[in-house]
Formats: sequence, C-alpha cells, structure tokens
Amino acid sequence: MSRQSLTKAHAKITELSWEPTFATPATRFGTDYTFERAPKKDPLKQIMRSYFPMEEEKDNRVYGAMDGAIRGNMFRQVQQRWLEWQKLFLSIIPFPEISAARAMPMAIDAVPNPEIHNGLAVQMIDEVRHSTIQMNLKKLYMNNYIDPAGFDMTEKAFANNYAGTIGRQFGEGFITGDAITAANIYLTVVAETAFTNTLFVAMPDEAAANGDYLLPTVVHSVQSDESRHISNGYSILLMALADERNRPLLERDLRYAWWNNHCVVDAAIGTFIEYGTKDRRKDRESYAEMWRRWIYDDYYRSYLLPLEKYGLTIPHDLVEEAWNRITNKGYVHEVARFFATGWPVNYWRIDAMTDTDFEWFEHKYPGWYSKYGKWWENYNRLAYPGRNKPIAFEEVGYQYPHRCWTCMVPALIREDMVTEKVDDQWRTYCSETCYWTDAVAFRSEYEGRPTPNMGRLTGFREWETLHHNKDLADIVADLGYVRDDGKTLIGQPHLDLDDPKKMWTLDDVRGNTFMSPNVLLNQMSDAEREAHVAAYKANGTKAAG
Amino acid sequence: MTQSAVPKQRSFPKIEFTDSEAGALEFPSSKSRAYNYYQPAKLRATMYEDVTVDVQPDPDRHLSQGWIYGFGDGPGGYPKEWTAAKSSNWHAFLDPNEEWNQTIYRNNSAIVRQVDLCLQNAKRARAYDGWNPAWLKFVERNLGAWMHAENGLALHVFTSIQRSGPTNMINTAVAVNAAHKMRFAQDLALFNLDLSEADVPFDGSAHIGVWKDAPEWQPTREVVERLTAVGDWCELLFATNIVFEQLVGSLFRTELVMQIAARNGDYITPTIVGTGEYDYDRDLNYTRNLFRLLTRDAEFGETNKALFGDWLATWVPRCLDAAQALQPIWSQPADKPVTFASSLDAAKQKFRSLLEDLGLDSPKELDQ
Ligand SMILES: [Fe+2]
Ligand SMILES: [Fe+2]
Ligand SMILES: [Zn+2]
Repeated sequence: MSRQSLTKAHAKITELSWEPTFATPATRFGTDYTFERAPKKDPLKQIMRSYFPMEEEKDNRVYGAMDGAIRGNMFRQVQQRWLEWQKLFLSIIPFPEISAARAMPMAIDAVPNPEIHNGLAVQMIDEVRHSTIQMNLKKLYMNNYIDPAGFDMTEKAFANNYAGTIGRQFGEGFITGDAITAANIYLTVVAETAFTNTLFVAMPDEAAANGDYLLPTVVHSVQSDESRHISNGYSILLMALADERNRPLLERDLRYAWWNNHCVVDAAIGTFIEYGTKDRRKDRESYAEMWRRWIYDDYYRSYLLPLEKYGLTIPHDLVEEAWNRITNKGYVHEVARFFATGWPVNYWRIDAMTDTDFEWFEHKYPGWYSKYGKWWENYNRLAYPGRNKPIAFEEVGYQYPHRCWTCMVPALIREDMVTEKVDDQWRTYCSETCYWTDAVAFRSEYEGRPTPNMGRLTGFREWETLHHNKDLADIVADLGYVRDDGKTLIGQPHLDLDDPKKMWTLDDVRGNTFMSPNVLLNQMSDAEREAHVAAYKANGTKAAG
Repeated sequence: MTQSAVPKQRSFPKIEFTDSEAGALEFPSSKSRAYNYYQPAKLRATMYEDVTVDVQPDPDRHLSQGWIYGFGDGPGGYPKEWTAAKSSNWHAFLDPNEEWNQTIYRNNSAIVRQVDLCLQNAKRARAYDGWNPAWLKFVERNLGAWMHAENGLALHVFTSIQRSGPTNMINTAVAVNAAHKMRFAQDLALFNLDLSEADVPFDGSAHIGVWKDAPEWQPTREVVERLTAVGDWCELLFATNIVFEQLVGSLFRTELVMQIAARNGDYITPTIVGTGEYDYDRDLNYTRNLFRLLTRDAEFGETNKALFGDWLATWVPRCLDAAQALQPIWSQPADKPVTFASSLDAAKQKFRSLLEDLGLDSPKELDQ
C-alpha cells in the first residue's frame, strides 16, 4: 500500500467508531484515574489487512528456523546449564503474555478514546500469538532436549512453585486492580517499555552463546511486535498526564511498577544470564552491564526522564537503588544462591559453578568470591546423595531467608529487610518500597483520597506457609516434582545424568523437616522477634561461609 | 575516553559439542515427552491443547497459592462468579476450531488475500461502473451502517469478554472472534473507501449518518450498544453470538445481502460479506460447543437452561425489534429477489434449530 493510500485507509477505519447514545459500555474494570480533560492522542494504527500477512510472514520465519534447528541437530551443542533454566523461564512467560491480551479490554474500558481502542485490540491478538508461540517452543525443547523432566509438567509446576509465583506477579499485575495501574503503567509503561529489553533482547543473546538459537528466533519475533504496544501505552500515559488529578496516582504507580518489575525481572533474568551461561569471556557483558545499557540508558534516560517536562516526578531514587542493588548489594547473586539452595523443590537442575565461573564473577563483580565463593564450593561438595543432606539442611553458613510479602523474592539483602505488623500479621519485606507497596499503595485510600479501584495483595503469599512442618520428601511428592520412576527428583544440584547413583531420590531427601520462616516469626514473642530480626539483618553484611 | 584507532578485537562465544539431544542417555523421565498435567480430549494431545490448556491457571486445578492480586471489591484472577451460568467443569470446553498462533494468521491472511484480489480485480474490471444507482445507494447506506455494528462487537463485546472467562480455552476462542470482527469491519470500511474513489455516485461518508440517525438502523444500533453494557460475560456471548447474530446479523448478511447482490450485478460484496459469514460459522461453532456443554451439564444443566431462557426473553424481543425496523431496506434495491417476510422466516427457522440443538425451548416472542 502506498503511503497516501495508507493514510486514507487509517482515516477510513477511524470512521468505524461512534459515540453511543442508547447505552455505554459496561465498566467492568474501574479506575481512579480521570480522562475527561484528556486530549485525544493518536497512537500507531494497524490495518488488519496488512497486519495478518505481516505476522504470518514472521511466523513462517520462526517455524522455518525451528525445522532447521531440528534438522541441524541444534541440541548437540546446547548447554544443559542454560537449557535447564528455560524450564523455569518458559513455564512462567506464556502467562504474562496471555495476561497482556486479557488486560487490553481493561485499558479500552478506562480510556474514552476510540482512536486508541483499535491498537489495543490488535495488541490483544499479538499477545495470544506470543503466548502460544512460546508454549510451542517449550514443546520443541521437551521433545528434542536430553532431559524433558520439568518441561513435561510445565504449567502445573508454574502454578505450584515458589518461583512460579514470583513470576506470576508479572502477569497478574497486568490484569488486576485499577485498570490504568495494571494495564497501562505496570504492563506497558514499565514492563513492556523497560523490561522486555532484558527479557527479549539481552537474554536471547546469552541463549545463542550457549548453543540455542531458537530462543532468539522466537523472542526476537515477539519483541518486534512490542513497539506498537509501547506506542499504545505512551498515548494513554500522555492522556493521563493531561489531568492534574492523575499526577499523584501516576507517581504512585510508577514507583510500585518500577520497583516490582525490578525485583521480579532482575531476579529471574539476572540469574539466567549470570548463572545459566557457560560463556565466560571477560569481554562479554555482565547482566549489570546489560542493565546499564538497556534499562538505565535506553529506558530511564531516554524515556522516563523526558516525562519530567510534563511535570511528572520520576522515581530517580528507585532507579538508582535498583542499580545499587544489582552492582553493590549482590542482588542477582543472592537470588541465584537462593534458587540453588532450594534445588529439591525446583523443576529444573542447577549446575555447579567452576573455577572458570569464579574467575569471571570476580572480574565482573570484584569481591564476589569472598561473599559467594565458599557457598558454591559447598554446593559442589554436597552435589551427590548418600553422605549428606541437601545443602539447605547442611551447615554452610546460610540461613534460609524470609520472604518479601510484596514481591515474594526473599529479603536477601538482609540488612534492608523491613519487618512490620500489617493487617494483624507480622510480615517481612525485602525493602522499604515493597513495604510501602503493601501498606500504602495497595489500599483503598491514598494520600487522603479514596482509591476504591486500587488492587489488593491477596493469596497465600508465603509459599513456605503451605508446606510448614512437612517432611521435604512429602513436599516434593505433593508438588509432583518426581521423575517417572516414581522416586528420582526432577530437580538436581548438578547436571550428571549418566550415573543413577548421583541422582537424588525421595528417600535421599526424607527426614528433613521444612519450616516456614513467616509462621515461626508470628509465633515469636516480641523480644524473640526483635532479637531474631536483628540477627537476620546483621548476617547480611557478613561474607557467607 | 578518546577514540582509538586500534581495531577492537573480535570475540566470539565458543560452541561446544555437548551431546544434549533427546535419546543421548537413558535415565528416569528421559522418555517423558508429553505435557502430563492435563488429560487430552483424545488419545494424543493436539497442538492446540498443548499451547492452550492451563496457561491460565486455576485455583481448582494446580494453582496452590491462589491469585496473588485482588480487585478493590473482590477476588482477582478469573472468578467463576463473573457469570451467572454454572459449569461442573469449565475446562471441558475446547475450541473446535483449535485456534492458536499459526491458525490465526494463516486463516486471516488467506482471507485478506482473497479480499484483496477481489477488490483489485473489481478496480481493474471497472466492476462498479455497472452497478445501478439503487444498488450503489444500498451498499453506501446499509453495508456502511453494518460495518459499525461489526466494529462495535469487535472492540466492546468480544475483546471485552476475553478478560473474563474462567479458562484460557474460552478466552482465546473469543479473542480470535474479536480479531475476525475487527478484520471484517475494516474490510467493509476499506471497500467503502474504494467505492468512494471509483468513478460512480457513491458518498463514502453517508454511512455515519445512516448508522447514527436513519430510523431503520436505530434499533440495531440500540441492541449493539445495549450488548456492550452487559456485565455478565456469558450472557454477553450468548446474546451476541446466539441471538443477535442469528436474528439480525445473519438476517442482514445471509438472508439479504448474500441473496440479492449478484442479482443486482454485484459480485464483489458477496465475496467480502462471505468472509464474514465464514467467520461467523466458525465462531458459532465454538459458541455452540460452549453452550451445549452448559445445557448438558449433569449438575447445572437445568438451572443453566432456565437462565438462558431468561436471557432469551430479554434479547429476542430486542433483536426482533431491530430486525423488523430493517424491513424497509428490503425494498431499496432495484432487483428484489427476496421479501423481508421470507428472509425473517428463514432466519427464525435457523435460530429455532440452533436453540433446539442447544436443548433450549424457543421463546414465545419468536412466534409473534
Ligand atoms: Fe507480548
Ligand atoms: Fe506486548
Ligand atoms: Zn520485595
């Protein structure tokens, strides 16, 4: 289509909307934002006549590459260390994708601008594409990779696992609560505009370096739809900014959304990239370096900062603190160690770290060895069953952490943990901002104004509560993380598949009782709790081991 | 840092042969190569099932910690209470069209190419020149008005429903329905644009006034707007795909446009409207499956039937009013091979047999 006819076509499809007079669309999902004074913004429009063939062409390339990968025996050169983490990643990501589709009518209902409705509905179809194309990729891995265990129970594992629940925020956050908070600020302005760069651009680079070029093929294809989504979100953001009354809500939501995305996405993707790779070239970018480029420069400086000219206060402090957590407070390393501590209740295997890895970490994160090196040596030492328990139950100078009530990543930067009684329960938080999110932001009133549409934190948020005081073997069996011989665990603290004696079974983990830190905390007297929290926070600054 | 002339040394990751192919070793679960957390409908899981089932979790299935975000006034996720209809197992519904990534783009692209070719040929053959003025007027006004209905349903009915259904299978089927409607509405609009650019008396802006003010179209617009105001997703789907599409949509598309266009020298419109018919056929398929599941539910079948009876009592009169109001357009074309009465009869007849298929009684309003 020529440019001129494209312009005419756009104008024509705009004629399809009308102002209703008999009845207005039901407001199924409310918002506390107001758009009465909003100028009409015109995002990128999509004509279905060009949209479908364009996407079909992209699909054809993806499916062609998949066939090629199988014909070319890609799995002969895939690193298991890398692909194991895909059992976690690909169990999580199709849900946020489909949630993005489901979020679109919330934005449509909330924003009275027909110009934007078309783009949002097209985004809905894109997101169905993303979710199902990723499920299909996972199926290909299950069929062609040496160890299908964990891929085979993927959606069940996602739904009953502690790490799946962390990831689920990146999805439930799109579809629940205030329609603009969820479907615009959290989903588009922060998750899609900022964090899809680490998910769908930085991570696939690492996949390719580990012999897997299908993940890049699929997720780059996914990412190529993203600019339209970002344009949708930006239009809504500008409309919201036009009304003074939205200002405090925007600032609240940017703080919550930014911080929650950081906690969740940097935990997961940081771990995959730093601990899932075998590529230890000194000149390959670390996650921190990638973050600096994609998030700090591309997003914060080029997207967020310019919003200040509209009078919006940007959460500079939280951007800097996220950076600080990644570079100085060992956020990603702490998360990786936590995942590895919990290996019996994982549905993927985690490789040990070698001297080559140690060297690289020390080079990229000076001081790494003195904080984490000993622990990973212990992980290696305790890798096989028989003489020892799983590392979580051995004395290696590591205390199983309290979980953050808000982001559900544990309070791993121990000196930062906040402990407060909220809603009649003692809760722990990884940070002041996560405490604020629960105690202040997700409430029916904010800074003295009613916010009835704001969401609530619900559910059994501490995973450990569900398994309190149970034997580890029973927990693993109940979760279903057992291989088809009925006894060997799916999760293993090593990659050795060649010797059955090296693989842990239910019997090997039996006899260890698992306790919920939050249940115990709530059983303590005031004095006990204060002493416990003080010790927990003090432990944080010490080198482990 | 100053710019250096020394070329940066190129650096590559090392590729290593790891022998990580399926079958390289035997160990527990080394042959476990099927998703094992759900029961496929047939012996082998379909691609559709594998990429759809359980992607939207459910506390009644594997979701152990429950939904972790709630709304200000109620639970989050996909509460089953968002419709008055009840099922002993919502997950039993599978889309008979098995729509997922590949089918969505393949099917719609095929239609796009068909419509595109047809419109190109029409231009090249100067097909519009041969249309009589009455037919041009008919298309200008009525097809022009109808495309609004299609677009409204796309954005405010189907897109909306897919947030609310209790399973991924339901919501994805409805999302694809929305895509169909959006594409069809746009195709009608772009057809309208072609006509307004052809050298024939055709007012490309007349459709707005007809849709907003012409008396024959107001009751149709009223039903569409009332549909968008329904909060219960299942009622919305029922009222739209079972009632409105049969008594108004098919009445206009199948019983009128498809019957008379050719007789008025127009082979373009049936090609385009035919794609909408094809879409509805597929969309009715999944809708029929869903409601059949609900009326045949061992536990809730009878209460569902009573509920659907109430919905029929609400929506059938509204849709019949809309249908009746359209009567004058049957006499607008020069060649009138069908009468309004026979068209409405045919539409009612098909509607009755659809209801029968669902195990529902025909509402008395239908006989009036
Ligand atoms: Fe997406
Ligand atoms: Fe997106
Ligand atoms: Zn937190």
